Amino acid sequence: MSTAPVPDIEFRGVAKRYGAVTAVSGIDLAVPPAAFVALLGPSGCGKTTCLRMIGGFEQPSEGQVLIRGKDMAGTPPYRRPVNMVFQQYALFPHLDAGDNVSYGLRQLRPRLSAREISLKAGEALAMVQLAGYGRRKIHELSGGQQQRVALARALVNKPAVLLLDEPLAALDKKLRTDMQIELQNLQRELGITFVLVTHDQEEALSMSDFVCVMNRGSIVQVGQPSEIYHEPADLFVADFVGKTNLLAGKVERRSGELVEVMLADGSVISARSRNGVASGEAVSVSLRPEALRLGASEQGTFQGIVRNRIFLGSTAEYAIEVPALGTLLATADHQLSQDLFKPGEPVAIGFAPGAPLAFSGVKENGEKQRETKNVEIVS
Amino acid sequence: MHGSAFRHKLLTVLLLAPATVWLVVFLVLPFVAIVVFSVGERAPEGGYQAAFTMAQYANLPARATAFWNTLILAPVGAFACLLVAYPVAYYLALRAPERWRLILLALIVIPFWTSLLMRTYAWMYILGGRGIPALLSYIGIEDLRLINTPGAVLLGIVYGYLPLMILPIYVSLERLDRRLLEASADLGAKPLSTFVGVTLRLSLPGVMTGLSLVMILLLGEYLIPSLLGGGKVFFIGNALVDLFLQSRNWPFGSAIAVTLVFVSVVVLIIANRVSTRFSGARQVDLI
Ligand SMILES: Nc1ncnc2c1ncn2[C@@H]1O[C@H](COP(=O)(O)OP(=O)(O)OP(=O)(O)O)[C@@H](O)[C@H]1O
Ligand SMILES: [Mg+2]
Repeated sequence: MSTAPVPDIEFRGVAKRYGAVTAVSGIDLAVPPAAFVALLGPSGCGKTTCLRMIGGFEQPSEGQVLIRGKDMAGTPPYRRPVNMVFQQYALFPHLDAGDNVSYGLRQLRPRLSAREISLKAGEALAMVQLAGYGRRKIHELSGGQQQRVALARALVNKPAVLLLDEPLAALDKKLRTDMQIELQNLQRELGITFVLVTHDQEEALSMSDFVCVMNRGSIVQVGQPSEIYHEPADLFVADFVGKTNLLAGKVERRSGELVEVMLADGSVISARSRNGVASGEAVSVSLRPEALRLGASEQGTFQGIVRNRIFLGSTAEYAIEVPALGTLLATADHQLSQDLFKPGEPVAIGFAPGAPLAFSGVKENGEKQRETKNVEIVS
Repeated sequence: MHGSAFRHKLLTVLLLAPATVWLVVFLVLPFVAIVVFSVGERAPEGGYQAAFTMAQYANLPARATAFWNTLILAPVGAFACLLVAYPVAYYLALRAPERWRLILLALIVIPFWTSLLMRTYAWMYILGGRGIPALLSYIGIEDLRLINTPGAVLLGIVYGYLPLMILPIYVSLERLDRRLLEASADLGAKPLSTFVGVTLRLSLPGVMTGLSLVMILLLGEYLIPSLLGGGKVFFIGNALVDLFLQSRNWPFGSAIAVTLVFVSVVVLIIANRVSTRFSGARQVDLI
């Protein structure tokens, strides 16, 4: 443990309250150096609050925020080695693109020479592919270009950590995908930590080394994207990250990690459960659409009727109505399932033995009551 | 198609008509009359007599002192006003708790609803012999002269025109995107740099609006200087009152008035240039 590097960012028992409102509480998190971390969670879960506490715009009501091992209590934003890309960019309207980028350079003491400033600002603009755009007014730039200026402006002072608050939310899909790749490349080239706030789970999974899933002011799970997707810590994560089928049921029996769950249609399936559910407990069983196997024969676990089919090129997505269970989503790979099923056709649904995961609780309208816990990134 | 386009036009004309009539009757026509008067001659018994001469303009240096005093009073008064108004507007827009803002703004504006004359008289008594000097004499400070000093005039002007300066600055500060201040701090700017580089820069349109409003009104001001300054220093306002009402030299008065309007327009143009240049904002149009 003594060889573990000092985390770039560390939250120790942090809580933030606004009057009677608790925005976040019990936040413990350590972000290793040069990582790409995503803070993922639904609206209002406290992502921005966490980011603003790193930036120094909010002070924690409880606990400590450390940057590279140094407690930041009482350190104002202008003395913190982090920079932020604001949600609507917050570019200075009275300055052109070049002066926006060089704003940070002009604050450095001892002062840089005018030549150095324009050189570095030019480099930063070139880094975001905007060389030659320096004299443009902000309102003469497209949304995507403004985004890049904001990025260049935040990176020009070479911060230890770059904070990004939903930086891609205002861009169209194509541009967003391009910027996602560009951000990833930048992070690797610069070798500094990026903390990305997003409520888009696809974005979080595709871009980051670590995802920190938040809900209702607490961290629910921290892990690599594949871990978050395949081994969700609880019902909320299973439901929020990726598409899944949730089947309500009751635990019949448990042996170690495995539980037998009786579903609404009376069938009993075996599911894995990581956070020990008790016998007799109401649970939800999560089955990812791609874990479902479709077949024409009668040998599946469930029998259903195809209601809808969306052809997606290499795969097809099916909505299948199963009596007493509702509509299940299934993604089928064409190479594996020779023939496509047509709407109205009966179909048998099976799955690999390890696929179903059981979680305590039942989802009701996306709201659920759960105990919270704090997790730490282990690098 | 044609019918609806016509109706649309008619509606526009109808909507603009009252304002246009008002402007023509109360602004354009009087101004034309004044310009015509200014190239005329004084009738022997006073008033106006038709002529075409530049004599009145040539005579302007006769009132050079009044012009000079006014051209000093207006900018000095306006800047004094700005110095007091900016911190107030800043506090109201950026520091005051939100639910107090409207109340505090109202408190600033409400005194404005009573006549300036009355409020200036009040100051006469406050600053006069039985006001503050009398109170100060109790604690042993004797013979302090407040009334009839330049300081008293400045005080009266700042007091009288403060709301006109506070409001436009407040509006521009209130509109200021707070995240720009955070962005500035995030980029390493200390509070003073942020104030100069962002807050002040982006509130310049409001500052220029306030400055030009107050300055233009001060160009015609004569009440405050005569009541609080003892009437010993003359301003253009005094000259105009004198020429139109007492000595009845309308053409000369008109020439002075036209010159005053000209100066005001120049002030406006300069103010407009400055605020567009430095804030990147769009034109502020006052007229
Ligand atoms: N200044 C504030 N005063 C009072 N409550 C606040 C304040 N800022 C945030 N909150 C509350 O704290 C909670 C977390 O807010 P936060 O902005 O961190 O959410 P978020 O995860 O960023 O959401 P979103 O995805 O919508 O941006 C919310 O319930 C919000 O209402
Ligand atoms: Mg947010």
